[in-house]
Amino acid sequence: MFPGILGTKIGMTHVFDGEGRMVPVTVIQAGPMYVTQIKTLEKDGYNAIQVGFGEMSDKNLTWPKYGHLKKAGVKSNLRHLREFRVDSVDGFSLGQEIKVDVFEAGEAVDAIGISKGRGFAGGVKRHHFRGQHMTHGYMTHRRPLSSGATGPQRVFKGTRKPGHMGTDQVTQSGLKVVSVDSERNLVLLSGSVPGANGALVTVNRSKR
Amino acid sequence: MSKQAILDSVAQPFLKTGVPEIRPGDTVKAHVKVREGGKERIQIFEGTVIAVRHGGIAKNVTLRKLSSQIGVERTFPIHSPNVDKFEVVRRGKVRRAKLYYLRDKIGKAARIAERR
Repeated sequence: MFPGILGTKIGMTHVFDGEGRMVPVTVIQAGPMYVTQIKTLEKDGYNAIQVGFGEMSDKNLTWPKYGHLKKAGVKSNLRHLREFRVDSVDGFSLGQEIKVDVFEAGEAVDAIGISKGRGFAGGVKRHHFRGQHMTHGYMTHRRPLSSGATGPQRVFKGTRKPGHMGTDQVTQSGLKVVSVDSERNLVLLSGSVPGANGALVTVNRSKR
Repeated sequence: MSKQAILDSVAQPFLKTGVPEIRPGDTVKAHVKVREGGKERIQIFEGTVIAVRHGGIAKNVTLRKLSSQIGVERTFPIHSPNVDKFEVVRRGKVRRAKLYYLRDKIGKAARIAERR
């Protein structure tokens, strides 16, 4: 069974489960993916399947990528190429289609996405600093204040400070597949998934 | 198909049809399915609608009633399969969308005029 699938985050909504409970779900338009390269232990040092997902226009396709896709024999221009490590490459062939039905309802999965960018964020937002009072004469409200002791007269590396936040790769583990619609290439995951709507999401079978 | 259209189509199968129009100030009976000892029965919760939250499948109503002089509020998702049906008993005439002020009023002060 293929270990994961690439998809586009569509957004969130609710569904009702069998017992009438409301479940918040993230809808992901996943696949179809096409096998573009098969990496083997003998040739590449490890076993993996490289797959492509999504569409792009001819205009934006680079010649190296064009050649790579042509070699794999896939028809459409695939925007994203990603590798999935597998134990054995048996049963995979170039150009093979992989659809969302690699998952079934009830399975535990991890979702990997690129979190929304927050720009240059302060310590309160970025590291959950408590900040100071908003009133009662305080003239500092959201500053980081002390950066450490006066003992070593320097600030330790890795001290939490304001700075750039977001656009990091984030893995959300422990999600459950609520339902799979292989006709429309949709998969519903319980809970939220990192990233903006329309962003690339990798859904992996949970390692735990 | 736009992203919103896909989301709507995912929620569509869960939406109920034939739900009466429920507005703030109305008195509504909610027929709730209760499961006890493996058996299912219907329990009725009747109260005044003090809030309606919209949002497609997430639409819900908050009902308030006085149960032995204690105010009780329950929120029901309109499209929940655990609510068999809603029944509008009386239409109320109110000038606000959220009637939270009723929490501080009892007896005569908490009356709502009927809408015709």
